[in-house]
Amino acid sequence: MDDTRSKAGAEHPVLALDGITKTFPGVKALDGVKLALYPGEVTALIGENGAGKSTVVKTLTGIYQPDGGQILMDGQPVAFPTAQAAQDHGVTAIHQETVLFDELSVAENIFLGHAPRGRFGLIDTAAMKARARALLDGIGAQIDPGVKLKDLGIASRHLVAIARALSVEARVVIMDEPTAALSQKEIEELYELVDTLKAQGKAILFISHKFDEIFRIADRWAVFRDGQFVGQGLMRDVDEGDLVRMMVGRSVDQIFPKRAARIGEEVLKVVGYAHPTEFEDINFTLRRGEILGFYGLVGAGRSEFMQSLIGITRPSKGAVKLDGKIKVIRSPAEAISAGIVYVPEDRGKQGAILDMPIFQNVTLPSLGQTSKRGFTRMAEEFALARHYTERLDLRAASLDTRVGALSGGNQQKVVIAKWLATQPKVIILDEPTKGIDIGSKAAVHDFMSELAAEGLSVIMVSSEIPEILGMSDRVIVMREGRIAAELEGDALTPETLVRHAAGITHTPSEAAA
Amino acid sequence: MSLLKSREAILGAAIVALLVLIATRFPAFVEPKNLLEVFNDTSPLIILALGQMVVILTRCIDLSVAANLALTGMVCAMLNVAWPGMPIGVIMVIALACGALMGAVNGLLVWKLDIPPIVVTLGTMTIYRGIIFLLSGGAWVNSHEMSRAFTGVPRTQILGLPLLGWIAIVVALIMAVVMSRTPMGRSFYATGNNPHAAVYTGIDVGRSQFLAFTISGTLAGLAGYLWISRYAVAYVDIAGGFELDVVAACVIGGASIAGGVGTVVGTILGALFLGVIKNALPVIDISPFWQMAISGAAILVAVTFNSRSGRARGRVILKSAEHAQ
Repeated sequence: MDDTRSKAGAEHPVLALDGITKTFPGVKALDGVKLALYPGEVTALIGENGAGKSTVVKTLTGIYQPDGGQILMDGQPVAFPTAQAAQDHGVTAIHQETVLFDELSVAENIFLGHAPRGRFGLIDTAAMKARARALLDGIGAQIDPGVKLKDLGIASRHLVAIARALSVEARVVIMDEPTAALSQKEIEELYELVDTLKAQGKAILFISHKFDEIFRIADRWAVFRDGQFVGQGLMRDVDEGDLVRMMVGRSVDQIFPKRAARIGEEVLKVVGYAHPTEFEDINFTLRRGEILGFYGLVGAGRSEFMQSLIGITRPSKGAVKLDGKIKVIRSPAEAISAGIVYVPEDRGKQGAILDMPIFQNVTLPSLGQTSKRGFTRMAEEFALARHYTERLDLRAASLDTRVGALSGGNQQKVVIAKWLATQPKVIILDEPTKGIDIGSKAAVHDFMSELAAEGLSVIMVSSEIPEILGMSDRVIVMREGRIAAELEGDALTPETLVRHAAGITHTPSEAAA
Repeated sequence: MSLLKSREAILGAAIVALLVLIATRFPAFVEPKNLLEVFNDTSPLIILALGQMVVILTRCIDLSVAANLALTGMVCAMLNVAWPGMPIGVIMVIALACGALMGAVNGLLVWKLDIPPIVVTLGTMTIYRGIIFLLSGGAWVNSHEMSRAFTGVPRTQILGLPLLGWIAIVVALIMAVVMSRTPMGRSFYATGNNPHAAVYTGIDVGRSQFLAFTISGTLAGLAGYLWISRYAVAYVDIAGGFELDVVAACVIGGASIAGGVGTVVGTILGALFLGVIKNALPVIDISPFWQMAISGAAILVAVTFNSRSGRARGRVILKSAEHAQ
């Protein structure tokens, strides 16, 4: 299974890891792993959270030094003592959370640290802009190198990050979950870009949680589990089930455990919601026990609408009816007491208080419930936190553990537990499984359908088509701040979703398949 | 959590080591009676630092505490001069209210006008000092003008410790309960740790910051009366620059200027650390110039140590975060 050299044929790897070990106090992050990257090929690195993927990336980019083993380039042992050394060897990475500078121009972002110099060693602005222009053209990005980064949308920023990675003479490009923040259309564009890089003979290491994209673009796979190498091979020799089995060491047959829930009376009705700049004319209803999907491209106004619904921003007009009665929601605190809660998309930034222990995170919006005469009571807090974290099957040493010390999947469970503890009527989940491993994903999906079965109404904002299709009873598609379509039953297909989201009215898009 | 506690233990050990070092040169310094005196002398710093810590927790800073102290003190002193018979209890209530008002002004400017806290309190710091000048016309209120009760009450000895020291202890106990056992205390930590998440959780971040400034102001007002009565003099520039000692005590005590991290115990230890240094150096006959250099260096060492241990903690967490399941 792991002897790929013979299967690959004549090609030799550009870069190979041999027996790399990296130990941190208490954990063996990498335990004698190997990995080979071939020119002109995409290798998908697959593994659950904690499998060691990030550690490998950091080792390859000179951020971590391995304790044992060798890094080989063209068969010769090399060392990457610094990030600069890795770059000098032509290894470049596009990170999960891209580090860019808002107040600098696109060209300055691309060339920060290695700008072309002119007379007296000063930065040659004209040359820098021209080269930035060329790089952006090379990846098909219509971005003016002179604009400031803060004026760009998230997808354009990503293209800038890619251009930056390519601005050094790259032989190996590492992409760490590059599509996590992108919508379907932008993902397709990224795939084309990957194909361009392949054609230029670059070796690409592609880290992703999404199987559809791995099968779409990867030539080879490598699976890690718990810091150990499980196997590497060609994509054409495996199917989804094989990879999942290797990843988790067990078989996961049902990814979307949507149960049929009894859909009851109308709980929430939104009438004519509008915002001066973000969205307008939003009308829909939500029933008891229903999972309502919100699909759309990034920037379609879904999250902005949800934030307005819970009182973070104020709508310019529109009304909310909860259980048939008009409800005015002016702040998140009012939304919580009305029974509408929102689990935000960005866990680190908007979800959990990372420096607080688990139990304090869970009880934060429910302190009224666990306090007596104005004083918090530890025993009640622990009881409440234990109840909801156990329901979510949260694995942690103790409820006193800092949330920041948990894995992404477990952090997401803490955030969901926090909101369930307020006993809401309506729970809004914004990209509930973004960037979490497949095991936790299934647990979140399972739990979501359990909640619906218990009579909670769920709004699920998601940009992943399989998730939307697998979990929703009904789907609202948003485009440019308006509702483009409301779909259910047979009308609910990948094609219809993408067509409405992208505003294609005449021919069904093939890209959606 | 345990690391944080051990950091406090280390700070405690540093204070003990300091005392041992001083004892080798001047054994009388560590006699219980003198230690109580040092504690008493450090009490205003402890009171102010506890208020400052709450403000720093919410990602703000209050540079106006010393000016607030001076203005409140001047108000108290002038009231005492005008009505020598006014009970000290009433004066203390007025001091608390006066300080709270000034803190609330800071808080409102931060909350409602969204002005950066450092700018707000730099401004109010100067304004409050200016008001003292307007009130007093630049004149001093001296000890012979103050009533015996006004200067005497904080010196009342109870079990060998003056009332001033006891007030610091009571404030510390109240703050410990507020910070660890009330929803408001919890909201300060949440606000500073992750303001975005706090908003989604239904916490009004601006209101938390307003409350923090009000607490800081109230404690500064209390310290104002205590300070003026203790030194038995009130004038425009009293406690000038003391706000920096207050911030230093918080930072030495482990509070993070980035917000969200800080404890009552740590802050008290930070204040005591500074208090011991300030009291010991003159005793062991070190020139005032060296005293300033040494206490400055001590601040840098302590802060460097804190930020280093903080950084190490962060890195360990990152590593374990990757593999925690």
